[in-house]
Amino acid sequence: MTNEREGLRVAVFGATSAIAQAALRLWAARGAELFLVARDRERLDRIAADLALRGARRVEAFVADLDDSSVLGRVLEAMDAALGVPDVALVAFGTLGDQTRAARDPEAARRTLTTNFVSPAVLLTALAARFEKAGAGCLAAITSVAGDRGRASNYVYGAAKGGLQTFLEGLRHRFAGTGVRVLDIRPGPVDTPMTAHMPKSGLPWASAERVAADILRAVERGRSVLYTPWFWRWIMLVLRHLPQPLFHRLRL
Amino acid sequence: MVSAVAYSTGHRAWGRVHRFAHRVVRPTSPHDARRALAAREGAPVLAFGLGRSYGDCCLNPEGLLLETRGLDRLLAFDGESGVVHCEAGASLADLLATVVGRPAPDGGVWFLPVSPGTRFVTIGGAIANDVHGKNHETAGSFGRYLVDFRLLRSDGRILRCAPDENPELFCATIGGLGLTGLVLEARLRLVSVPGLWLELEEVRFEDLEGFFRLAEESKEWTYTVAWVDCLARGRALGRGIFGRARHLRDPRPVPAPAPPRLRVPFDPPFSPLNRFSLQLFNALLFRRLGRGGRRHRVRPYHELLYPLDSIGAWNRLYGARGFYQYQCVVPREGAFRAIARLLDAIAASGQGSFLAVLKTMGDLPSPGWLSFPMPGATLALDFPNRGEATLALFDRLDRIVLDAGGRLYPAKDGRMPAPVFRAGYPRWPRFAELKDPVFSSAFWRRVAEGATEPARARAA
Ligand SMILES: Cc1cc2nc3c(=O)[nH]c(=O)nc-3n(C[C@H](O)[C@H](O)[C@H](O)COP(=O)(O)OP(=O)(O)OC[C@H]3O[C@@H](n4cnc5c(N)ncnc54)[C@H](O)[C@@H]3O)c2cc1C
Ligand SMILES: NC(=O)c1ccc[n+]([C@@H]2O[C@H](COP(=O)([O-])OP(=O)(O)OC[C@H]3O[C@@H](n4cnc5c(N)ncnc54)[C@H](OP(=O)(O)O)[C@@H]3O)[C@@H](O)[C@H]2O)c1
Repeated sequence: MTNEREGLRVAVFGATSAIAQAALRLWAARGAELFLVARDRERLDRIAADLALRGARRVEAFVADLDDSSVLGRVLEAMDAALGVPDVALVAFGTLGDQTRAARDPEAARRTLTTNFVSPAVLLTALAARFEKAGAGCLAAITSVAGDRGRASNYVYGAAKGGLQTFLEGLRHRFAGTGVRVLDIRPGPVDTPMTAHMPKSGLPWASAERVAADILRAVERGRSVLYTPWFWRWIMLVLRHLPQPLFHRLRL
Repeated sequence: MVSAVAYSTGHRAWGRVHRFAHRVVRPTSPHDARRALAAREGAPVLAFGLGRSYGDCCLNPEGLLLETRGLDRLLAFDGESGVVHCEAGASLADLLATVVGRPAPDGGVWFLPVSPGTRFVTIGGAIANDVHGKNHETAGSFGRYLVDFRLLRSDGRILRCAPDENPELFCATIGGLGLTGLVLEARLRLVSVPGLWLELEEVRFEDLEGFFRLAEESKEWTYTVAWVDCLARGRALGRGIFGRARHLRDPRPVPAPAPPRLRVPFDPPFSPLNRFSLQLFNALLFRRLGRGGRRHRVRPYHELLYPLDSIGAWNRLYGARGFYQYQCVVPREGAFRAIARLLDAIAASGQGSFLAVLKTMGDLPSPGWLSFPMPGATLALDFPNRGEATLALFDRLDRIVLDAGGRLYPAKDGRMPAPVFRAGYPRWPRFAELKDPVFSSAFWRRVAEGATEPARARAA
């Protein structure tokens, strides 16, 4: 998939995310060409400079709020101009939101559902059209283990992520037999700004660097569903199959 | 979005003696850092880099820690002048993996001007402790290579500090133990060296005189350091191995340093580094050079500069109670006698340490007011934490150091009593005037504000 002369072309949506940044550093070290989208200009500019110094062959950055569907056209035009159809598109943005609020306040629920499902799905729809034409490439999005089963502590976010998982599954079905791969990245808890307020004991917390290394490997190998770290595949398998009466006794 | 604040009991210094609770926030932009400061809710604030300080200069019990690892971006590099511009949470390892080794106009390659014994320290941490390396004689300390930096004060101002702009804050912040504010970004001058391979020579010396003779004879070497067998007494007092190295004109790239391997994932219930294993270790180290007592090799720079970085969390080997490091410097005049007395007191105590490092320091001055180095000799040793016995030994060592006109290194310290700090750093009252009123640390509260030493408070 790598274009030897030019280096891997990667577009990342939500490039200021800690997980995205860690993955971008790995791609940069391999001389990739990068197109970055995020809504915070100050951080985006710094990240772009950093990636150039860490070895990226080229870095283009574009400022946009990805919940704003009116800018989507311009975002993708900028991508077309910068990279053409990339080898990899990674949809990384998301917000955890406040579940206690989202569970009671319809407006908060709408925001969480929009950022974690509607916006990424709309973006993926636009990207899929381009990948379809190119007939190759990897469409990747970060969902979450939270999408695997609805739980009291975060089902609004979880439902959005679960919806996105289904969306990716459908895309994968659509592209079966073509050169287009669709990767669903499901991290367990990761120590990033999104989870900064949570105490770091109890759960096995992964680092953004660890998750990023797993993402690059899964992209390279053309995987469909990545649980990272790997043991979450088995934990979620058990959790998904737990009979409801038992499940309801757990405080999760 | 402001990064959220979390409650943590997991932020420890490298020696792992102190266990404090902190509130922690990890800003990811200068803007974010400023907002985090505004959210401090009256608590004292302190930057936390990679926690490679041994004691309590990077801890702020019940206060707010500003973790800098979200501010770790490289911003620019000028291949002509060798000046690198980066955020203060970037580490020396980040620079080594990127700009170090790029060609310099004089035919050499760019290299770090000063390196402590680990590459896992941040630029902010290197500034705050004005770190020194094995090349202090030839290069001086880290602060000499700073073009400028941006300092966030608790009133929200961001000040450029350089020799010609806010010069007093510039000097106060270098070696300023993180107490003048948060360094957001800095520009550092790299130096050009002939290549990344080092010519390395190890020479055995039989006593302390041997050390000082070798140090005197090694002026042509860029890096010097000695490992001393601190269990040896009498005629063998101060015996050890002298290492010296310099860059070779060798264009071959060096292999990338192995990432930290042998992780020590938990605290062993007791320290495996007991007296017997130490004796064995020191004896083996000493015999390694064979009959001739000399060995010559060509090695990549990182094997000499960062010998322990391949081991990962080796600090856990000292067990759950942690360990102290004691590092002092004594002026050249009288250095021999003071080091001999220190080594004798340590050997007599039987609390000998895993690493005993002795090196000389040169005359190149630092801009920093509280900078540790001075022309003379510096001795650094690790001690497993045995509570009061260890602290009592340190008190004896303090007297020898102060008698000689020396001082202790705050980066390595978790117990120095206030009078020892004040005697060693006579410029501290001037520094205190420029300190940010909101920034503080356990170290500072102890040495400047008369708080009880945390270690002793707990023992009491
Ligand atoms: C194996 C080993 C070998 C070492 N060898 C040497 C040596 O040879 N020479 C030497 O000089 N030191 C040596 N050290 C000590 C080390 O270099 C210093 O303690 C250094 O300051 C650690 O940097 P850090 O990023 O981990 O900072 P931390 O330990 O997290 O913090 C140190 C201080 O820096 C301040 N600080 C950190 N970031 C900022 C910022 N952005 N703005 C303002 N203040 C900030 C903190 O508040 C604190 O006061 C060694 C340490 C280890 C573990
Ligand atoms: N951390 C975890 O435990 C965990 C676990 C499973 C899955 N995930 C998923 O991993 C992805 C990355 O998260 P992270 O952990 O790296 O956290 P993060 O650093 O907080 O990243 C989230 C990113 O999304 C961006 N974003 C949110 N809304 C946006 C919008 N409307 N337009 C543009 N950008 C927007 C944020 O930008 P701003 O900074 O500008 O707000 C931020 O950069 C997310 O999809 C998250 O749901 C995380």
